Amino acid sequence: MPWRLLRFALSKEHPEPRMFTAHEKLKPSYDAVIIGAGGHGLASAYYLARDHGIKNVAVLEKGYIGGGNTGRNTTIIRSNYLTPEGVQFYDESLRLWQDLSQDFDLNLFYSTRGHFTLAHTDSAIRTSRWRAEVNKHFGIASEVVGPDFIKKAVPQIDISCGGHAPIMGALYHAPGSVARHDAVAWGYGRGADQRGVEIHQQTEVLSIDVQGGKIKGVKTSRGYIATEKVLCAVAGSTPRILKMVEIDSPLYIHPLQAMVSEPVKPWLDPILVSGSLHIYISQSARGELVMGASLDPYEVQSTRSTLDFPEGLSAHMLDMFPFLSNVKVMRQWAGMADMTPDFAPIMGKTPVEGFYLDSGWGTWGFKATPVCGKTMSYTLANDTNHPLITGFTLDRFRNYALTGEKGAASVGH
Amino acid sequence: MKIMTCPINGPRPVSEFFYWGALREMPNPDTASDDEWAAYVFNKSGAPGVKKEWWCHTASNTWFIAERDTEKDLVLRTYLYGEGE
Ligand SMILES: Cc1cc2nc3c(=O)[nH]c(=O)nc-3n(C[C@H](O)[C@H](O)[C@H](O)COP(=O)(O)OP(=O)(O)OC[C@H]3O[C@@H](n4cnc5c(N)ncnc54)[C@H](O)[C@@H]3O)c2cc1C
Repeated sequence: MPWRLLRFALSKEHPEPRMFTAHEKLKPSYDAVIIGAGGHGLASAYYLARDHGIKNVAVLEKGYIGGGNTGRNTTIIRSNYLTPEGVQFYDESLRLWQDLSQDFDLNLFYSTRGHFTLAHTDSAIRTSRWRAEVNKHFGIASEVVGPDFIKKAVPQIDISCGGHAPIMGALYHAPGSVARHDAVAWGYGRGADQRGVEIHQQTEVLSIDVQGGKIKGVKTSRGYIATEKVLCAVAGSTPRILKMVEIDSPLYIHPLQAMVSEPVKPWLDPILVSGSLHIYISQSARGELVMGASLDPYEVQSTRSTLDFPEGLSAHMLDMFPFLSNVKVMRQWAGMADMTPDFAPIMGKTPVEGFYLDSGWGTWGFKATPVCGKTMSYTLANDTNHPLITGFTLDRFRNYALTGEKGAASVGH
Repeated sequence: MKIMTCPINGPRPVSEFFYWGALREMPNPDTASDDEWAAYVFNKSGAPGVKKEWWCHTASNTWFIAERDTEKDLVLRTYLYGEGE
């Protein structure tokens, strides 16, 4: 590898091909248009081209590849959810993650760490047991462990949390992992690009042409495109796009913030989540502590961040790890989380023919990137909801058939 | 620190307030169709705009209406329910 790097010093031109082809112009029409070049949109494009032979596809991105929630999330990957629909769906995603680096020939820094959901109350222990039983039923490694087990995995932790929120146990999920988020978007993007998909950055969808209840095309900041199929994968911008096609939904947008510390020596192997303290933490390959909390308390459709956030998060973090009081915070940021009332996504076909939705990914959709690509490409290619997503369709609300995932998704990501 | 104005207590830090959600008209449960009722229970106007919202100043338990630009996060007006028009 170091010798290969030498080429960059010796050559006047950049000696590697660019990762993505830059396309001068939009074509007048495509077989399908995907709105949003985040992980979900790009994964859908990749599997459309690779598995379904649909290559005349444009991915339209108003900013840059991976600049939405894909590049802002804290990269926790796990499958220990609460509902059978959720557990099966996320488990399939976890399976797909395993050979993605090989598939892309790109290092995703996929790192299996083990994931603890800490329980500080009797009711949290009860939910942990419930989740462990559902998980085991579907063959997923998930168990309730006691304070000694936690202390052994993380010797630096103050199990009593300063005396006011003692940790009583945890739900432990050995396959819990983290991965490099940008690389996921780049890997899917490059794979799609190589198979003929066009990725157009700096191209915003301004309106959608619907005639007689069917998709006819989209108007973009760079001109009109005719198409009969549109996949909307825009996370926090979904309500704006739904307005263009006049579909009502329960989606609401709150910012979700996160921050990282300066890099420190590796000391924290697993991923820790505390529902009671509303915090979670892991250590990145670079040594930064990646930290997050629960949603901002009210609706905002922008990525502004606040000072209240690092203050509140730090106070709770110090309950668990008092020695971090000397560590500096390096960066903080926010993403727009598209939330649903039952903490399950909204996916699949919609009342508008040819308009497919991949949304409601709120604070938990990074781990689902591969399986969303798989299931949404199938749904679009066959005009039939993939069997794994039938519990997540928009009409579940009208039918009062919700998929209650809150117990496993609220702070846990 | 973000400041919000309680109609009774004046400007206070936003951390003293609790957000309840948009002000919405309830359809008549006796005459609404199942679809209308489900839309009322679940659907939201999730796109940005200037919205009327319920807020509460928790320290004094004062419930009131705020008109807020939800994209810029700017509070334009606050008033007690029924006193704003
Ligand atoms: C702080 C934070 C932490 C998180 N932590 C986790 C975690 O630990 N684990 C986990 O599983 N999930 C986590 N999530 C959730 C996860 O990030 C998202 O669910 C997921 O990344 C969504 O991916 P996406 O591709 O659907 O959307 P995005 O990556 O947001 O991509 C959507 C794209 O659409 C583009 N777009 C929007 N409107 C238009 C338009 N009109 N025209 C063209 N393009 C448009 C945007 O610019 C954007 O690039 C977290 C989220 C946040 C904000």
